[in-house]
Amino acid sequence: MINTSFFKLILMKILRVLSLLMALCFISFFLVSHSPIDPVQAYVGADMTRVGAEQRDQIAKHWGLDKPPVERFLLWGKSILKGDMGTSMIYRSPVSEVIKQRFLASLALMGIAWILSGILGFIMGIIAAMMNGSWIDKIIKWYSLTLASTPTFWLGLLLLMVLSVKFGWFPIGMGVPAGVLAEEVTLANRINHIILPALTLSITGVANIALHTRQKLIDVLESDYILYARAKGESGFKLLLRHGLRNIALPAVTLQFASLSELFGGSVLAEQVFSYPGLGQATVQAGLRGDLPLLLGIVLFSALFVFSGNLIADIIYKLVDPRLKEGKSI
Amino acid sequence: MTEILTVLSKKKFINILPKLNRRHSTLLRVTFSSLILLCIIAASMLLSNDRIATNFDLKNLPPSMAHPFGTDWLGRDMFTRTIKGLSLSIYIGIIASLSSVIIALILGMGAATLGKAFDTFVTWLVDLFLGMPHLVALILIAFTVGGGAKGVIIGVACTHWTSLTRVIRAEVLQLRSAEFVQISRQMGKKPLWIAIHHILPHLVPQFFIGFVLLFPHAILHEASITFLGFGLSPHKPAIGVILSESMKYLSTGMWWLAFFPGLLLFVTVRAFDSIGENLRLLFDPHNAHE
Repeated sequence: MINTSFFKLILMKILRVLSLLMALCFISFFLVSHSPIDPVQAYVGADMTRVGAEQRDQIAKHWGLDKPPVERFLLWGKSILKGDMGTSMIYRSPVSEVIKQRFLASLALMGIAWILSGILGFIMGIIAAMMNGSWIDKIIKWYSLTLASTPTFWLGLLLLMVLSVKFGWFPIGMGVPAGVLAEEVTLANRINHIILPALTLSITGVANIALHTRQKLIDVLESDYILYARAKGESGFKLLLRHGLRNIALPAVTLQFASLSELFGGSVLAEQVFSYPGLGQATVQAGLRGDLPLLLGIVLFSALFVFSGNLIADIIYKLVDPRLKEGKSI
Repeated sequence: MTEILTVLSKKKFINILPKLNRRHSTLLRVTFSSLILLCIIAASMLLSNDRIATNFDLKNLPPSMAHPFGTDWLGRDMFTRTIKGLSLSIYIGIIASLSSVIIALILGMGAATLGKAFDTFVTWLVDLFLGMPHLVALILIAFTVGGGAKGVIIGVACTHWTSLTRVIRAEVLQLRSAEFVQISRQMGKKPLWIAIHHILPHLVPQFFIGFVLLFPHAILHEASITFLGFGLSPHKPAIGVILSESMKYLSTGMWWLAFFPGLLLFVTVRAFDSIGENLRLLFDPHNAHE
């Protein structure tokens, strides 16, 4: 079943991803080193008057900013290959440490939104397609199209205004309650703080998958074997379960894996609105305050995240879809 | 008696609303959406800048007839700020999506006509730009350029050409194997001549529809990146700036600061989306039977 051509294909994919990541290293370093934002200046910030020229030179030297860009790139690239991404300037700890910690917080948020929007969107797509042309279908279609053009951060603000400020059901922001020691934060606290941002991401994430599933299922329902099954007297849920579901589940799962890029972008916005301490917020901080090592690290990490999503989608397709098992069509 | 009345009234109702076929209703929708957008642009030119000057007599007013969207903590009229911000977004959107459509056209045509090596390079490039989440790429580019409208335009143009490039490449590949192109080649026409005379005209609808459909994405990303603090400067009237400022006043219950500007942004994005989708229905022969 799994033959050598399959492994060859995966190997080729991985090589491709590696080449893309290397190019990304180069491009992002080039871009960042040409920024007019001076990292030392950004770091010093409001203390401008208290920091003299000598101290600035020392800071620059400490970070290796006094060397020419090419040399810096080589140094940085070498340590990246060893797995060392440098030290974050604003968090004053290793970049890999910051990313790991922040990503775990984001992962909880994105994971909930990913699963929730996947399941809800899938079900909505099925309902819409089974009732093609009815008012339920129209509502679901309208909802999905509308949600696709809603700004995520505005939706977050609305939820915050209605549910937190007006009704007071949820805290206004942050990942944990303010003024509580890190050890005393309970799981309930965390859940309470994660609901709103996850809800925001799920509400908008539903649109794509619902529309896609709906279209696929409508195509399937028009096929000859469905006609035959109907002629045999099958209908409704049983028909869907026996003949439809298998055909639409795979594209839906693949689509969901391929949508990690949008999910990441959405979580940056949602985290900013709810001041949730995740990777998205760290990205914004790194960009605003000129933390080059962290910004570069996050760019690479987010790309790796998206690439792995796409790779998983590819692998699932190749493994599960019998039509592609021949290995000749790519 | 009552039955007859209801039948009559139903008939009348039908007579008042002329029967529209799909073409008509599509055109009607496009016209309606375009009118909304034209209104926004016209309003932004008509409204004077005095209304967004600081005026402490009028601060924190809830929505009223004089100030439909209320005023903020500096007494600026939110309606004027929103409209001006939106028209700025529309201008930025036009430049950004036009440039990304042109990039897509050049790369897509090049990939399909200039040989295998270039094709591999373009698909690789598409993968590269699809690999970074759009927002992260936008932050990186805005950081490189140093913020401002230039960063937003370059960023949006650099990140949005990918999907359209794929579409155009596929289209050109299909056209290239068409008979009229084969015959033209047999007659000794040069590849460039064929590209301009036989392939480019077929891409015009794709070009326009791609342009209109990129628009909502461009505007949304402009607003997002400004909201995060990388885009337009805080002194400009921009939706992103308005919304990020409103976050500070959220807990005071001044809901109109965030609600109306976001709603109008949403309406604008939806209007462009509907124009694009409906134009596609009109132009694209593949959808003609639907």
